[in-house]
Amino acid sequence: MSDATRPLIVGAGPAGIRAAQILVSSGIRPAVIDEAPSGGGQIYRQRLVADERSAKDLYGSEAAKATALHGTFAGIRDRIDYYPETLVWNLRDKAADAVTGHRTRRIPFSHLILATGATDRVLPFPGWTLPGVFTLGGSQIALKSQGCAIGEEVVFLGSGPLLYLVAWQYVKAGANVAAVLDTSQFSAKLHLLRGLFAQPSVVLRGFRYAAELMARGVAVRFGVQPVRIDGATRVEGVVWRERDVEHRLACDAIGYGFSLRSETQLADLAGCRFVFDARDRAWRPERDGAGRTTMPGVYIAGDGAGIAGADAAELAGERAGLALLEDVGLSVDHVRIGVLERKLASISKFRDVLEAAFPFPQAWANGISDDVTLCRCEEIAIGAVRDAVRDQGVFELNRLKALTRVGMGRCQGRMCGNAAVEVLAAACGQSPDAVGRLRAQPPIKPIPLGVMAEEETA
Amino acid sequence: MALLKRLARHELPVVSFTLNGEACSGRVGDTVLTAILTQSDRLRPSDFSGAPRAGFCQMGACQDCWVLTGDGGRIRACSTALEPGMRLQTMMEPRS
Repeated sequence: MSDATRPLIVGAGPAGIRAAQILVSSGIRPAVIDEAPSGGGQIYRQRLVADERSAKDLYGSEAAKATALHGTFAGIRDRIDYYPETLVWNLRDKAADAVTGHRTRRIPFSHLILATGATDRVLPFPGWTLPGVFTLGGSQIALKSQGCAIGEEVVFLGSGPLLYLVAWQYVKAGANVAAVLDTSQFSAKLHLLRGLFAQPSVVLRGFRYAAELMARGVAVRFGVQPVRIDGATRVEGVVWRERDVEHRLACDAIGYGFSLRSETQLADLAGCRFVFDARDRAWRPERDGAGRTTMPGVYIAGDGAGIAGADAAELAGERAGLALLEDVGLSVDHVRIGVLERKLASISKFRDVLEAAFPFPQAWANGISDDVTLCRCEEIAIGAVRDAVRDQGVFELNRLKALTRVGMGRCQGRMCGNAAVEVLAAACGQSPDAVGRLRAQPPIKPIPLGVMAEEETA
Repeated sequence: MALLKRLARHELPVVSFTLNGEACSGRVGDTVLTAILTQSDRLRPSDFSGAPRAGFCQMGACQDCWVLTGDGGRIRACSTALEPGMRLQTMMEPRS
């Protein structure tokens, strides 16, 4: 190793912090850039200021993990170069363009560890842009970070483990949860019994959440097909179908999502090759078991490398850090590496179980009507995709973007990208992997006006 | 009418700001999104149809919660901390 080893870690969640810890323990001083004001990522997000709630109140069964992770990060604080509230908006020539407030700077690196996390995977349906509709992750952040429920009468809708976790956290915090509407069938939950061997505590906790919700009188429904969210200027109710019978429930807020999607824009800008992950129904950076991408010196860990959850993110972050150490010729603990890889493999197997228990609603793409908004930013309807296929022969996602502006708005396809793939693929009679992948463009998120000019004159 | 309902953090110090010219208050540690949506049900009109929007992801990804400040700046409400004396605007004209 030389003094020229200056790794950059993007993201200070479970993966980024564990990667940083490993590097620091070998005497390397990484730069850590994170959009949040303090470390922890979304899952272990910290409040802006302390309040009356304990770590147990905020993080529940994961309080010890959250506290440990925050403690680790605080402990290495003076041995890293930490840039909070900073967005990496571009990568070029072995340097990151990073903006903090109105100031942008170039941060050169020798190695790059991407720990960029995930956001909710959402699917449009009528009314999804109304005030009062939030993602499941957003609903959880409102509660954890801000001590707020998203409404007086909240309905949670969608699929995935987060559906039950967030609903349970809301009930615990004293919110009114009107219903949990699971788009997957009850029978699919039987798959979780297989997971009892791999991850017993996770499965049992999930069953406990569902049982406690029901015990407190929360209506939990399975096999739900969302029909629409009612409301003129904000949420007033939700309509769904269950075995061809329509139901309506009054509520003033909806938290919804269908598992998660990886944040992969920086891996794309770094030149990493992507591979289609059938389980996530999405492209993700190709990587080996240690987190090495196809670009030398670029590593990836956590949910940004494919959805696997917070526990896997900690393990993968550590493993990626160790891979970097190996690659610069430092000695590493091979026993520990074996342990990490075994645990990661076990969690990965468990993800198959979760996917079977909370399957993606594949019927959505053909059932969603033309007039529903697909792209929230540019306000483009589902029908525009089908028109482009029918009238212009479009069969590829970036072509679709150029012609319809879907995925071109401020969110850069984060909210509409997965849905656009599903609708495009269905309209073409193809599988989702056949319609291509949205290319990332810098800046990967909007940066304040004036920042570019400032850099040019610098 | 408020969109978000406070369940905790009631005892934190008050932070004063204005929303569309009217005096309002939030709590220390609020984001701008929380401060606005605990008294109102919208953050901005959408760019094209002008339909009301009130954020979505709350983690800086969807870009649906931009609001105007008194000096003409734009801030992302979910990832900006409320500061005393902020002059916030949620009533801008649609882009087209």
